[in-house]
Amino acid sequence: MTNIQATEHNASENAELADFRRGVIDWIKHNTPADPGFLLPQTFMEVGSEQVLEFLREWQHKVWSSGYLGMAWPKQYGGGGMPRIYQQIADQEMKRARVPICFNVIGLGWAGPLIIDTGTDFEKETYLKGILTGEDIWCQGFSEPNHGSDLGSIQTRAERDGDEYIINGSKIWTTMGNYAKYMILLARTDAQAERRYNGLSFFLSPMNVAGVTTSPIQKLTGDYGFTETFFTDARIPARCLMGEEGHGWRIAMQTLQYERGAEAGAAGGVSILSTVMNDLLRIAKDVERDGQPIMQDPVTRDNLVKFLIEEQALYLGENRVKIPALCADYPNSLALSTKLRGTEFFRRMRQYSLTLQGASSALYVGDEDAVEGGFWQRAYMNNFSTTIGGGTSQIQANIIGEHVLGLPKD
Amino acid sequence: MTRTANLSIAFSDEQAMIMDSAKAFCRDNSDKSAVRALLKSDRGFDAEIWSQMVELGWTGLALPEEHGGSQMGIGATIPLVESMGRYMLSTPFISTTIVAQAIMRGGSTAQQAKWLPSIVEGTIGTMALLDNEDWGFSNTSCTLTAKGDGFELHGKKLLVSDAEVADFFLVLANHDDVLKLVVVEASQLAAGAISRKTLVDETKRAANVDFSGVSVAAEAVLTSGMQVLPDVRLIGALLIAAEATGCAAAALDTVVDYLTTRKQFGRLIGSYQSLKHPTVDILIQMDSARTFIYHAATLITDGALDKDTDIACRMAKTQAAEALSFAGDRAVQFHGGMGFTYDCDAMLYIRRAQWSQHQYGDPQHHRKHLAELLLD
Repeated sequence: MTNIQATEHNASENAELADFRRGVIDWIKHNTPADPGFLLPQTFMEVGSEQVLEFLREWQHKVWSSGYLGMAWPKQYGGGGMPRIYQQIADQEMKRARVPICFNVIGLGWAGPLIIDTGTDFEKETYLKGILTGEDIWCQGFSEPNHGSDLGSIQTRAERDGDEYIINGSKIWTTMGNYAKYMILLARTDAQAERRYNGLSFFLSPMNVAGVTTSPIQKLTGDYGFTETFFTDARIPARCLMGEEGHGWRIAMQTLQYERGAEAGAAGGVSILSTVMNDLLRIAKDVERDGQPIMQDPVTRDNLVKFLIEEQALYLGENRVKIPALCADYPNSLALSTKLRGTEFFRRMRQYSLTLQGASSALYVGDEDAVEGGFWQRAYMNNFSTTIGGGTSQIQANIIGEHVLGLPKD
Repeated sequence: MTRTANLSIAFSDEQAMIMDSAKAFCRDNSDKSAVRALLKSDRGFDAEIWSQMVELGWTGLALPEEHGGSQMGIGATIPLVESMGRYMLSTPFISTTIVAQAIMRGGSTAQQAKWLPSIVEGTIGTMALLDNEDWGFSNTSCTLTAKGDGFELHGKKLLVSDAEVADFFLVLANHDDVLKLVVVEASQLAAGAISRKTLVDETKRAANVDFSGVSVAAEAVLTSGMQVLPDVRLIGALLIAAEATGCAAAALDTVVDYLTTRKQFGRLIGSYQSLKHPTVDILIQMDSARTFIYHAATLITDGALDKDTDIACRMAKTQAAEALSFAGDRAVQFHGGMGFTYDCDAMLYIRRAQWSQHQYGDPQHHRKHLAELLLD
């Protein structure tokens, strides 16, 4: 089997960077933790037990204390104060080596960049270092029960009372809500605002206060990772308000840009252990069907090639989107369809991977005979967090239809 | 991460300018009424438009400067062909471009000097490859036998594009179990050698051509025809892919236009998700095809095509053919009763889809080869 790996090494990488890269590779070799004996999460949405949490917290702390996390963040707040290229190189190598994830993703990729860009000195001083060390876990409080993807309908209230806000309402799909110290919270401060978006405000809100309770949600995989979060007359200091009252929507949108944009400002670290076609081909290699290697079966081959074409289109799309002249037709179509194309591809690809396991596809995490520990079974089901979360695929198709093609709303 | 080494897509400002002017040219010269006016015509294209293309230098864009071309490489023709597909502007451009590449890559210096300058000037050439319906068939029953100082051809070729207007043909023939590409001029054909076929795509023209009894001089046999044939087929696949991609975008335009104007049950039909979502699927399929054709256009060089380019061309053809088949099919369905009529433009796309998908290998053919390239 040929296996030409795309190298992300830049041919023009200067000696200093090349040297740095070698250092990272060497560090990874000596510091990657041994197999803990339980299946590690692919994403930060799968931290379902104290055991997993402590393992990941220790790992992130190690990455940070070794100087490979927050490398481009300001030095005085725990960062490395270095050019972004160093973090990019470190991330590339960690990803390549498939080291565990840096799990504090809402802090590292959302709250952190937001605070660095627009926060006060107090906010920077208070929050940034704990994000990097893994001490202070962050969660996100945007979605609410019954409102799904429609943030404009947020009902959670924040009422000013002297130098406090009183929070009432509930949030759902709070990743690591039961472990988090802080939440980026979107709540309604003005129920009378003419445009419903204008009544929203953005808070850097403590979780460890009276009146905040969380209730873990068991996922279809059987694991935990999310909570529902309830606020009952929870009082938080008024200085937790970020920016001004009524600016919440704008700040939330900016925060989402950090998530969607090419990790601009993010602290770095591996945030997701993705599975690509090469991983799937790895399991297909040793499988037999009807007494023959499955890789010789024409139907299987055709299916695999279809997935390879789709995967290649995803990677290539990231390059085409950078060339305006090649995106002049149907502007924004590639950018707006990235989530839909990517998440749906991975869902189908993971679903297909199970069919390559034959009878073993019936086994699950915890069974000693499960293929790769049941990784693929769990990965397939967990993938729905991406085709549902952040706007379902069906909502994505509406957005593309309406904003790119100009089709009428429902 | 991926199974190819090169994921680059590049597009220069100069290429962007060519793209803009190609788009404008095709739009201005090929609106739907112009396309329809040519459907039943003999030639199938407007000779005046073809000469304008020649004057614009399009026929020389990919050819060496020493032969009068602008030496921009075959990749530079992709925006042209995509625009032709977008406005369904049919001319012998694709046929001639493929032949020119075959001569440039597989012809001797003398053969290049004889044919390439005249192609730049507007001489029309076409490939005569098939003698059965199988694009994957690697042999030919068309024979080249020695006769006097040269050779004689025997056999018939199927579905030769633009055969009736071609000034010359590049014919795939078997000479003592070695395949050759030989040049045959239209004037050498016997009377009645060309028999027009009735095509599903009425914007295209093709015919069966009987080459039996045609004498071939030794210098009309391309020196490295056999060596470059696989690359020429890939280039053919890429050009058809570019045309199909443009046409899929045209089908999408037509669907969107109908979905934003047609009302049923008091609502614009584009508001129904059962129509909206598959229309987004057309966009996504077309977008992937676009990504592949410009990736292939970036990789392709005047030299022998490497493995990544081979993969890119095959992926482009596969994706574009499937995108257009889907777009044409849905375009008919989404127009309801109108879609079932000849007056509806969806007819143009669904018919073009049938033409494009087989040309230079259908998706199954290319996926089979991709499996060898990617899995073995």
